[in-house]
Amino acid sequence: MKVLSSLVLGLVMTFATPLVAQERSGPLRIEITQGVIEPVPIAVAPFLAENAAAADFARQITAVVAADLVGTGLFRDVPKNAYISQVSDFNGSVPYPDWKAINVEALVTGAVTLTSDKRLVVKFRLFDIFTGAPLGEGLQFAGGTDSWRRVAHKVADQVYARITGESGYFDSRVVYVEETGPKNARAKRLAIMDYDGANIQFLTDASSIVLAPRFSPTGDRVLFTSYESGFPQIYELSVGTVTKRPLQMDVEAMTFAPRYAPNGQTVLYSRAEGGNTDIFRLDLASGQPTRLTSAPSIETAPSFSPDGSKIVFESDRSGNQQLYVMSATGGEASRISFGQGRYGTPVWSPRGDFIAFTKQNAGRFHIGVMRTDGSQERLLTASFLDEGPTWAPNGRVLMFTRESAGADGEPALFSVDISGRNLKRLAMPTAASDPAWSPLLP
Amino acid sequence: MTFLKMAVAAAALVALGACTNADRFGPGSSGAEGGFGANGGVTGGVNDPTSPVYFNETIGDRILFAVDQSTLGPEAQAVLDQQAVWLTQNADYRALIEGHADEQGTREYNLALGARRASAVQNYLISRGVAPGRLQTISYGKERPIQICSDETCYSQNRRSVTVITAGAGV
Repeated sequence: MKVLSSLVLGLVMTFATPLVAQERSGPLRIEITQGVIEPVPIAVAPFLAENAAAADFARQITAVVAADLVGTGLFRDVPKNAYISQVSDFNGSVPYPDWKAINVEALVTGAVTLTSDKRLVVKFRLFDIFTGAPLGEGLQFAGGTDSWRRVAHKVADQVYARITGESGYFDSRVVYVEETGPKNARAKRLAIMDYDGANIQFLTDASSIVLAPRFSPTGDRVLFTSYESGFPQIYELSVGTVTKRPLQMDVEAMTFAPRYAPNGQTVLYSRAEGGNTDIFRLDLASGQPTRLTSAPSIETAPSFSPDGSKIVFESDRSGNQQLYVMSATGGEASRISFGQGRYGTPVWSPRGDFIAFTKQNAGRFHIGVMRTDGSQERLLTASFLDEGPTWAPNGRVLMFTRESAGADGEPALFSVDISGRNLKRLAMPTAASDPAWSPLLP
Repeated sequence: MTFLKMAVAAAALVALGACTNADRFGPGSSGAEGGFGANGGVTGGVNDPTSPVYFNETIGDRILFAVDQSTLGPEAQAVLDQQAVWLTQNADYRALIEGHADEQGTREYNLALGARRASAVQNYLISRGVAPGRLQTISYGKERPIQICSDETCYSQNRRSVTVITAGAGV
C-alpha cells in the first residue's frame, strides 16, 4: 500500500505588507457555534506554479483548499471571473480595494514549487481584506508529491483556524465499513479514506462481517469487531502495515464495541456472556481484562472522556436505553439522558465539552449533542435511521451513518456541524457505514 | 421462501466443504439463512423425524420476539418444547442458537439484544432437558435480516432466534 511521505512544516516567514486604514474594529472572525450565518465570501486565488512541473499540483491544491473551506458551510468561494486583479506574484503587495470592491473578506494566496528531487514546496498567505492586513504569518509546507492532498488540507486547516479561532480538521482520515450487496446478504469490509472521500483503501476483505471500527488516539491503529472466527470478536489493525491481530482476551464469550483510552494503552469493550452484556477494560500490554460494570441489564457502547477520567456508556438498566457516566475505574454510574425516547452510541467530544449520541423517539432517529451532565440537549438531525456519530478532531463537526428505508435501503456517510447546520452526504462510490474520524494527522 | 430449495442448496455447499465450521450443516458461518440444515447424508429428509430437515421444517427452527423483548411467548415455548424433545432424542447433534434483531435500533445494542434472545432460548432448552454442553449461542444483532422491507411485517420476522443444528461428536 501507499505510504504517505512525511510532511515537514517549514519555516515561518513574515513579510512586510502595507497597512490600509481599518474599516472594521477587529480582524475577521467567524464564531461557528452561533446561530444562522451567511457564508463569508473568500477568494482562494489560484496558487501560482513557481516552476512548470508544479502547474498541475498548483491547480489541484487550490481546488482542495477551496473545497475544504467551502465544505464547512462557513465560506463562499468568490468565482475567479469576478476578480478585478489577479495574483501574479506571491511576494507582491495586495491591492485591498480591488478585493473589497468585490466583497471578498479574506484572500488566500499560494505558490507551489516542485523541486528537482520531487519534493513539493507549498507556501501560502492569508489576508483579512477589511482590516487590510495579513491574518497571521505566511507558512511553507514541504512533502512528497503523493502527499499533495495533505499539504492542501494543512493549508486549509491554517486558514480555518485563523478565521474561526477553532483548530482545523481537514488533514484527517476516516475509517469505515464499505457495504455492497442486497440488504439480506450484505458484504462488509473495512476501509479508510481521507475525510473528504479521497484515497480510499481497503483494510480487510469482505469474507466476514466487520463492524464499527475505531481509531487509536494517534490514528495509527484501528479496533473493530469481526465475525471471522465465527463469533463476534475484537481485532486490532495497524493502519501502516494493514496487519491485524485478535485481542484474545476472551474466546468464551462474544466481544464487541471496542474503544481506546486516550493514552492508547487500554481498550474498553462489551462482553456478552450468558445473554448479559457488560463493559470491560483490557490492558493492552498485559492482556489483563477488568470488569467495569456488573448489572443484569445491557451495558455497551462505552466512550472515554478526553482526559481519561470518565466513561460514558449506554445501559437499559432503567427499562430502556439511556446514557450513563461513571469513573474510568468503574463503580457508580449517573444517568445523564432524560428526554423522551431511547439514547445510545454516546461519544465524548475530543474537546471534552459535549457528548454526541443517537436518539430514537416516535419512530425517528436523531443525532444529538448534550453537555456532559446531560443538559442542553439538542437534536441535530432527524431521519428514518441515523446512528453512530463520530467527532471531527476539532469537536465541531460530526459524521454519522444514515440509512434509507425499504428493501433498497442503503447506508451512507453524512456530516453535520455542531450547530446543526451544513448537513451533507459524503460522495462515495459505494454504500458505507460506521465511520470513525481520526485525530488531526501529525 | 421455500425451505426445500434452500436445503438442497445447503446440501451442495456442505458437499463442497465450504463451511468455516467444518462440523456444521448449513451455508457457512454467516448464518444468513439460519437453520437450513442439509441431510446428514445418511437417511431421508423431511419425513425422517431424526433428520435436521425435519427439525427445521416440521418442528420449526425459529421463534419470534416482540420489539425490544427477549421473553418467550406461549407460541415460542411450544416450538421450543418440541425442539427440546428432538434434541434429547437425537443426542448426536449439537445446536448453535442465533439471536437477531430488527433494524430499528443502534448497532451495539442490537448485538446485545440478539445475545439476550439467544440466551433466553438456550436457557429454556436447558430447562427442558437439553444438556448445556450441546448448546452455543451467537448474536448477529441487526446484521442478518431475512426480510428487507422497512415495516412491521418484515421487522417482526427479523426479531428472531434460530436454532441451527450442527453435527455432533459421532457424526
